[in-house]
Amino acid sequence: MSKRSFSHWLYVVPALVILAFFLVYPAVHTIVLSLGDKTGEGFAGFSNYRFAFTNRTMQSALRNNLLWVAVFTAGTVGLGLAMAVLLDRVKYERIAKAIIFLPMAVSFVGSGVIWKFVYSFRPASVAQTGLLNGIVVALGGQPIGWLIERPWINNFALIFVGIWIWTGFCMVVLSATYKGIPKSLLESARLDGATEWQVFWRITFPLMRSTIAVAATMMLITVLKIFDVVYVMTNGNFGTEVIANRMYKEMFQFKNFGRASAIAVVLLLAIIPVMIFNLKRFREQEAIR
Amino acid sequence: MSEKIVRALTRSPLHIAIIAICLVWMLPSVGLLVSSFRPAVDVTNTGWWSVFQTPFKFTQFTLANYVEVITDQGMGRAFVNSLYITIPATVIPILIAAFAAYAFAWMKFRGRNILFIVVVGLLVVPLQMTLIPILRIYNRLGLSGSFLGIWLAHTGYGLPFAIYLFRNYFGGLPRDLFESAFIDGASRLKVFFKIVAPLSVPAIASIAIFQFLWVWNDLLVALIYLGGTADVAPMTLQVSNLVGYLGQDWHLLTAAAFVSMALPLAVFFALQRFFVRGILAGSVKG
Repeated sequence: MSKRSFSHWLYVVPALVILAFFLVYPAVHTIVLSLGDKTGEGFAGFSNYRFAFTNRTMQSALRNNLLWVAVFTAGTVGLGLAMAVLLDRVKYERIAKAIIFLPMAVSFVGSGVIWKFVYSFRPASVAQTGLLNGIVVALGGQPIGWLIERPWINNFALIFVGIWIWTGFCMVVLSATYKGIPKSLLESARLDGATEWQVFWRITFPLMRSTIAVAATMMLITVLKIFDVVYVMTNGNFGTEVIANRMYKEMFQFKNFGRASAIAVVLLLAIIPVMIFNLKRFREQEAIR
Repeated sequence: MSEKIVRALTRSPLHIAIIAICLVWMLPSVGLLVSSFRPAVDVTNTGWWSVFQTPFKFTQFTLANYVEVITDQGMGRAFVNSLYITIPATVIPILIAAFAAYAFAWMKFRGRNILFIVVVGLLVVPLQMTLIPILRIYNRLGLSGSFLGIWLAHTGYGLPFAIYLFRNYFGGLPRDLFESAFIDGASRLKVFFKIVAPLSVPAIASIAIFQFLWVWNDLLVALIYLGGTADVAPMTLQVSNLVGYLGQDWHLLTAAAFVSMALPLAVFFALQRFFVRGILAGSVKG
């Protein structure tokens, strides 16, 4: 064994070097930059952080991110769970699952084009080409600027695109756990006269709780970093700004590295508690192995 | 017989709900597909759903949009660039991650668990945070705008997730296999190629699909490290440029978007089984 005692480093070191360069170094560098001024040469103390929490656009971005966190997480996990349970009862489960999972394979740019087209808005005098306004007008309504009407309609329109992309992921994860629950357990409850609703809340839900937590933490990490959907569809205009898009703008449009870095650090700090929860779970699993 | 009808009736709300959701999930993409085959005049003047009034009138469809985006709008070139970026950026991280995960799962050394937790913890670093520092170094090394630079960058961003999944999967392989192989005097490298790799084909396949889709669908990394020049731009970049300057030319945008989606959709349908299994390896054990 002594001959082998150092060879493990040969396996790990390539990965560690690349990770150190592409993730660790930039993270540390960003923390340093966040205390600096616009160009990153002078020292600015915590003024960038003050900006991150007091600037009006930033506050709106923080608010919107909170809305995303609540609606997106509840939407993806809730709908994914509903689909996992309901699809188990129908014969066309495979096809339905493929349909709901499909958006995962499409790029955010592709999804952006798809949904911009769905939300497309034209004056009432000409025919609508967007599906949603086509329906609204057919029902006798006035066309709506889905991506312009602030603050609720456009933010919900964007969040729905996110839900459309990620529900399939939650569905697949939750469905695997649901199929692992012994059907005899559910059957005997039904025979004892429990309604479907009771079976779900008293038996299914408690048994799936840990997987639901996993899916929810994954969605939380995703939604905190949400960028592409907003970038492609509105670029944060009309009051739809989110933290990650704001960071991108500070960095590449305004070239203010201090502010951009401070926003990045805020984002990092928001994600860390979620990650700790995840790692705790990993340790518990390892203890069983 | 009547019992069957009652059963079907009581279950109809279930079917209606499921079919409604499937329609909501499908219709936007159907709209994209249908529009991409319609002439420009029709796309601007009527909704795509109006084709269903005369579904068998084939003259209302055309391939002209595809011809134009592939030749004049640079989507053909972009397709080749995308392949050239994606294939190495999928293979390299898988190799490096598999070796590291093998060590994390089956070699004993000091600090192993801490190192692994740090690696997984790096999942929290937002990609956007890394762009400026890396770009500065890339500029100094002359790596920006080069394919090598973007291959390495995608390797770095893909590693934490790949190592995490591989570690979970390798850790689940039976212990006896390793012990007997080592007693027989097999080297670690030999055990990796003769035992671990063949047994891990599903995990390798699922990570390959994930990484492939992630790189293929990436816009941001390409935008920053490659720059926007047409001779290196992948399809996502090209489509987003088209969104910028074609604006309301939906007949071209829809065709371009569909060209960029064709290969990932094919991969997804062909390898769906592995894809699903890969997600499960990462989240639910056993």
